[in-house]
Amino acid sequence: MAYGVVIVSHVEQIAEGVKNLISQVAADVPITTAGGTDDHQVGTSMEKIQKAFDDNSADEILAFYDLGSAKMNLEMAIEFTDKQIHLYDVALIEGSYTATALLEAGTKLDDIEVQLKPLKIK
Amino acid sequence: MALTVEQAKTWLEDFYTEIEAQKQYLSDLDTPIGDGDHGNNMARGMTAVHEDISDADFASVSDLFKKVAMDLISKVGGASGPLYGTAFLEMSKTAAGSTELKDLVSAALAGIEKRGKATTNEKTMIDVWSPMAEKLNSDEAVSEADIDQFVESTKDMVATKGRASYLGERSVGHIDPGAMSSGYLLKALVKVGA
Repeated sequence: MAYGVVIVSHVEQIAEGVKNLISQVAADVPITTAGGTDDHQVGTSMEKIQKAFDDNSADEILAFYDLGSAKMNLEMAIEFTDKQIHLYDVALIEGSYTATALLEAGTKLDDIEVQLKPLKIK
Repeated sequence: MALTVEQAKTWLEDFYTEIEAQKQYLSDLDTPIGDGDHGNNMARGMTAVHEDISDADFASVSDLFKKVAMDLISKVGGASGPLYGTAFLEMSKTAAGSTELKDLVSAALAGIEKRGKATTNEKTMIDVWSPMAEKLNSDEAVSEADIDQFVESTKDMVATKGRASYLGERSVGHIDPGAMSSGYLLKALVKVGA
């Protein structure tokens, strides 16, 4: 698969839970997560996000997050990675579900982004 | 007005001590309008900074700030990590050419604005950094009382950025915790007397 998905949440279980949910419709899309801080507290960690980028077998990644500071850490991690990352300001569950289902169906990125537009919330 | 490595270390050690002393107060400020962890987050970051700089030698202010930036980015956990981390990263870049306070503070402010996509009057740390940079750039002296006033000014603002923005009007009447910790940082800087 040319594209992968990364889920970033303040809470480890939310990130894992969203992965569980969207994996159901996308068995072939590589999905990695970065939830919580390094010491398993509520928050986000740039290092965890970098690892989620590295561990994802795709070189081009669609990234989804929950709240503001997750986005800041994502943006920092994006500055440090060689992979191409697309960051979406959309509802985490609906957005990542939509994108992953469409990736599984082989939809082009441009068309996926059209579908994501109405889900933009932040 | 140019900061030396020794002065920069004193600045950061003073800030570490202040954060340790005020962490409960910072978290209390963060409770009504945020997620109540600002003090603990900053303390976690500054403890790492303290451990990494207290017995270490740094060839330049730039090297020192880079270390501080990486510690804050990786240890703080909340929004303050990338924000303070970016501030110190930008100061590190600038310090390679100049350690004049006005240049450092202006670089930090630009970094915070870029990372947080925020501007003044949104009830954030920018409401402390921005007037500070303004005064320094017009070659005015900045007192600790001036900084207290910058911090206090966030009390009557409506938050439109960050976690507090979800509360809208209900954020009025509370000092922004990031503005408060920025106040501690900049007061410690003024005290160093560079």
